[in-house]
Amino acid sequence: MTMTPQQIVDRCLELTKADGCVVLVDESHSANLRWANNTLTTNGIMRSRSVTVIATIDGGTGTSSGVVARSAVTLDTLEPLVRAAEQAARDNGPADDAQPLVTGAAAADWTDEPGETSMAVFGEIAPGLGDAFGRARSADRVLYGYVEHDVTTTYLGSSSGPRRRHVQPTGHIGITGKSGDLSRSAWVGQASRDMTDVDVANLNAELTRRLGWAQRRLDLPAGRYDTVLPPTAVSDLMIYVYWVMSARDAHDGRTVFSKAGGGTRVGERLSRHPITLWSDPAASGMQCAPFVVAHASGAHQSVFDNGLPISRTEWISGGTLNALQQTRHSTTLTGLEMTPVVDNLAMSVAGATGTADDLVAGVERGLLLTCLWYIREVDPQVLLLTGLTRDGVYLVENGEVVGSVNNFRFNESPVSLLDRFSQAGATLPAFSREWGDYFPRTAMPALRVPDFNMSSTSQAA
Amino acid sequence: MVKQIDPDFLALPMRALAEVALQRARELGAEHADFRLERIRSQDLTLRDGRLDGSHDGEDVGFSVRVVREGTWGFAAAVDLTTDEAARTAEQAIEVAKVASAMSSERVQLAPEPVHDDVTWVSAYEINPFDVPDAEKLALMIDYSRRVLDRDGVDHVTAQLRQVIEGKFYADTAGTMTTQQRVRIHPEVEALAVDGDSGRFETMRTLAAPAGRGWEYATGADGVVDWASELDRLPELLTEKLAAPSVEAGVYDLVIDPTNLWLTIHESIGHATELDRALGYEANYAGTSFATIDKLGTLQYGAPVMQVTGDRTTPHGLSTIGYDDEGVLAQQWDIVRDGVLVGYQLDRRMAAMMGGALGVSRSNGCAFADSAGHVPVQRMANVSLQPAAGGPTTDELISRVERGIYVVGDKSWSIDQQRYNFQFTGQRFYHIVEGRLAGQLNDVAYQSTTTDFWGSLEAVGGPQTYVLGGAFNCGKAQPGQIAPVSHGCPSALFRGVRILNTAQEAAQ
Repeated sequence: MTMTPQQIVDRCLELTKADGCVVLVDESHSANLRWANNTLTTNGIMRSRSVTVIATIDGGTGTSSGVVARSAVTLDTLEPLVRAAEQAARDNGPADDAQPLVTGAAAADWTDEPGETSMAVFGEIAPGLGDAFGRARSADRVLYGYVEHDVTTTYLGSSSGPRRRHVQPTGHIGITGKSGDLSRSAWVGQASRDMTDVDVANLNAELTRRLGWAQRRLDLPAGRYDTVLPPTAVSDLMIYVYWVMSARDAHDGRTVFSKAGGGTRVGERLSRHPITLWSDPAASGMQCAPFVVAHASGAHQSVFDNGLPISRTEWISGGTLNALQQTRHSTTLTGLEMTPVVDNLAMSVAGATGTADDLVAGVERGLLLTCLWYIREVDPQVLLLTGLTRDGVYLVENGEVVGSVNNFRFNESPVSLLDRFSQAGATLPAFSREWGDYFPRTAMPALRVPDFNMSSTSQAA
Repeated sequence: MVKQIDPDFLALPMRALAEVALQRARELGAEHADFRLERIRSQDLTLRDGRLDGSHDGEDVGFSVRVVREGTWGFAAAVDLTTDEAARTAEQAIEVAKVASAMSSERVQLAPEPVHDDVTWVSAYEINPFDVPDAEKLALMIDYSRRVLDRDGVDHVTAQLRQVIEGKFYADTAGTMTTQQRVRIHPEVEALAVDGDSGRFETMRTLAAPAGRGWEYATGADGVVDWASELDRLPELLTEKLAAPSVEAGVYDLVIDPTNLWLTIHESIGHATELDRALGYEANYAGTSFATIDKLGTLQYGAPVMQVTGDRTTPHGLSTIGYDDEGVLAQQWDIVRDGVLVGYQLDRRMAAMMGGALGVSRSNGCAFADSAGHVPVQRMANVSLQPAAGGPTTDELISRVERGIYVVGDKSWSIDQQRYNFQFTGQRFYHIVEGRLAGQLNDVAYQSTTTDFWGSLEAVGGPQTYVLGGAFNCGKAQPGQIAPVSHGCPSALFRGVRILNTAQEAAQ
């Protein structure tokens, strides 16, 4: 007999002998197509289901938790799963992050079925790709890329009452185009909830425009350049900022948001500009879970917080650090508001308008980037990151793109850039090249940085 | 003693599902079909300051069917272990191949492989970590943490214990059937020191690599890691690092310890010699390679002392296995010989497509999928730099350097998408003055271009300096997949490498 996710949750909660129990059932359906050299390479459709049982046990010295997750569960395997979580809780001893489980009741959509997707979601995209491959072949261009659509439905049930359901559609497409001799390269990408807003012909046209820019090729040395970062590249950097925003880590003294002498830098001005870095589960086009879903405890989340409501949070507000990612436990250390991690991120600059193209128009001599790649932390103290430009760096002269230049390795701190940028654009959907597969829900402005540190050159084409 | 495959894994209905799925695929016109069922158990324990911060015990079970129909791939994966679902999944894979055929212009063919009929393989380990009570594991990591935390100069300690046991069953329409099990483990401890007034902080981490070993590796019972010594040294190393002078940027000779060099090998040789990258399959994601196939046999990758092999056979290697995810027997082969590019990492499709240019008729067994839900792609073998027989010790290499830096332990890494320009940091950097170590330096990164760097290799150490490093989570492909891989190497001496001062890089 196949069980529904709700039946799995209810059965686990019936079985548990622990003092508290939270059950998460994640059911995923996904479909993908991948291509290279103007032909499809791999593809697939996948279905998966995972059940996570979190048992909590009260003891004389505190409350402990145990987390056990299994896929391919059957009615017979639920009891061993629940017992394993209870045993893990007993073995683990009191948890520092222990808090009372979140209370509540069943949400109105609790009984609804999981969402689904299939290859049919690419009904418009697949023929568009076939057409693009043909056009590329006849124009001596080569296309590479990937499109994916995933629908994950999460059911959260707790012995303390709440029954929550969240359907998360996630899709994205990325296309790399190269000249036939592979000397010129360009990239376009976008995220999408339902793929209906993906227009392959438009994406292909933008690739063609960029490969055209690259017909004139120049070499530039390493150095500091007046640089326009499109929203994608800003997203590549700001997602990293978001990933080091753990309040607990900052409180320990181990991040760029730690304060000398102890505590966090919340309340400190990070930028002279009116920037706001924010997350909002209800943000249009970037909707994400409006309650905490934590499969394990760690620096950013606590299993005890499962089901807590999430609302719009301004991490940086008007240029001042306003909040860090908290668990209820970390708020007792930092004395700050409870602001849980949210699964999207956006940045707005008050009064800023226009696109990367509009920013380019104001540049006398500088660079326009496509995206950044292989970004890694060099020095967490100032959040110095290194990485490379990829698939198109363009020389701008007197407000116009005049050709493409070599790639660069950069060494830069995005926290420092927040203060140093000279001009910003409007906030636009911004699918990160580097992190978008894992963190696709982002919106960013284009930024112009007068002295972006291109530390060395790269021969990569 | 050779371990037996976990009876609980063998009890899964893999053979019945395979028979149904392969039969259905054949009936629907597949010229090739393979069935893979996997169970991956993983457990992570994370500690802060000697107390459990988080734990996760996971098990991922599922199966997939991959077909070639009229020269086009089709792939489908599922989780319900029933024969009905197996048949349905085979039908879905065929349907996917039909959809894909309209967009495919290259016909998929697979290089032949001898049939391996109902064979089993188990990795080398003594104690399955999943047979050890959680309380015992936690107690060990608490002890390791406290040894460091209780010492002067340490403000916080984080520790992690990661363990995986992987059960893999594979069957294909040619008649190959393999059942395999492997175990891997990675204990790690990191100390943090914060200067109270300035807020400056530094970390120092244990160097013991993740390994294809059992619980005996975590306790030190196998004698591979002297945990007491490694942990006891961390506080003083950390204190010295926090007080170390900032490096003067410039050009230095480097002696690189295997605990750092493995990652440079991974990025600049391992990924660069993946044939799927050289052919453009990763151009939209992980990237391509400067080491294109037209350069095979002629590209001077590095100095003549450079000998690099690929293998999936090294005992305790993280990429080591009996048969790959296309039923190909694990092998060892040359990648760089006397400094020249001579080989790539392959799967069966690429071996068939490029066999003429490569001079091979068979895959060297690098197909891997990180779970039943993902399609196999070419993933990295254990790519290793060979030591020199009778070669020097690390101290002897250091003694040859007048002004240089000895680099120990990996930390930050980054390389461009064609594997030219890289930049690495480390756990610790020692100044070398007139052939001797003269204390740690701070703010160091080394930056170079792959062939320049390997061309500056003057000497490799002897077998006594050889260490197997590695990582659990090498990322590649779309949808993203992770793969465990090891890299062995000796200490090595490089002349004239660019050193950056990272504090100056961050300055405005």
